[in-house]
Amino acid sequence: MPSLKELKIRRDSVKSTQKITKAKQMVAAAKLRKAQAAAEAARPYSSRLEAVVASLASKIAGGSGEGASPLLAGTGKDEVHLLVVANSDRGLAGAFNANIVKAAIVKARELEDAGKKVQFYLIGRKGRPVINRTFPGQIVAHYDTTGTKEPGFAQAQAVAHELTDMYLNGKFDIAHLFYSRFKSALAQIPTEQQIIPVKIPADADRNAIAATVEYEPSEEAILDDLLPRNITVQLFKALLENNASEQGASMTAMDNATRNAGDLINKLNIQYNRGRQAAITTELVEIISGAEAL
Amino acid sequence: MALHFELVTPEKLVRSEEVYQVVVPGTDGDFGVLEGHAPFMSTVRDGNIQIFSSAGAAPEVIPVEGGFAEVNEKGLTVLAEKAG
Repeated sequence: MPSLKELKIRRDSVKSTQKITKAKQMVAAAKLRKAQAAAEAARPYSSRLEAVVASLASKIAGGSGEGASPLLAGTGKDEVHLLVVANSDRGLAGAFNANIVKAAIVKARELEDAGKKVQFYLIGRKGRPVINRTFPGQIVAHYDTTGTKEPGFAQAQAVAHELTDMYLNGKFDIAHLFYSRFKSALAQIPTEQQIIPVKIPADADRNAIAATVEYEPSEEAILDDLLPRNITVQLFKALLENNASEQGASMTAMDNATRNAGDLINKLNIQYNRGRQAAITTELVEIISGAEAL
Repeated sequence: MALHFELVTPEKLVRSEEVYQVVVPGTDGDFGVLEGHAPFMSTVRDGNIQIFSSAGAAPEVIPVEGGFAEVNEKGLTVLAEKAG
């Protein structure tokens, strides 16, 4: 049985922890609203661009396939896979970062078992230690996001540029992007998406654009212009979704932590009061029996 | 009878409205889009989009950067990296 003083110290320390988790929860709730709005505002652009690229790409791929951009056609090999893992810079977000990293590691194992070479490109700080331990020496590059508060289009552009350069220099053949899709404050889904080369959906999207569409300049020129932009936009979307997911996960995790701290405080309070009463009772008994003895 | 016009950037949906005519700075030259334009796709050079809310009205001008325009039966959609 700990002494009354120890109980009091413990209770106070739990109380100050609760204050921190509560503050973090409220900060996350405020940021979540903003991040969610940003993620939702970006959806029309990315989905529209994706649709246009898909229909153009399936059209060109359906034709000769000659002279198509390597961003569409691929390098013709399937040896080196680059896993682009987008994490956050901060913890206190429950299993948010761990879930993304786990998805990436599962995929990496799968690819290595199939005899492929796996490399990592990391965005954000949190995933680095785990991946470095599991696959030492396989992190080829790291994009630092600690300097900025919110993901911007310029960031996505920088990453996309670097990836495209690496791709055209033959550093890898296929790039997969890992991020967390924001579903609600309670549910974030770790998602994998192939970004290079562009995946053409197999459905009958071809009918979306009638054969009579005119192109200016040519279809190939438009596609060459759109493909790098599409990569940027997909990255941008991933960063925004990630940001919203992080805030959502953080809010939920901190809410739980605050509640747990409350339970713990109640328990300690009861224990403390019981101890205090026991002490008083003992004292009374001592006084009374002392008086009786006289 | 109007043309449905949408201007979208990665940050947000800038415009979504019914207008009379839009003049877009295409890579191979400016082109005006009215209602019932044939399906058309073009890249857009950095420049100004002119929006005419009705025939003969003074145009509203929005600068765009890094864009792409698509005309289909639903109307005109301009995707731009920067607008305004």
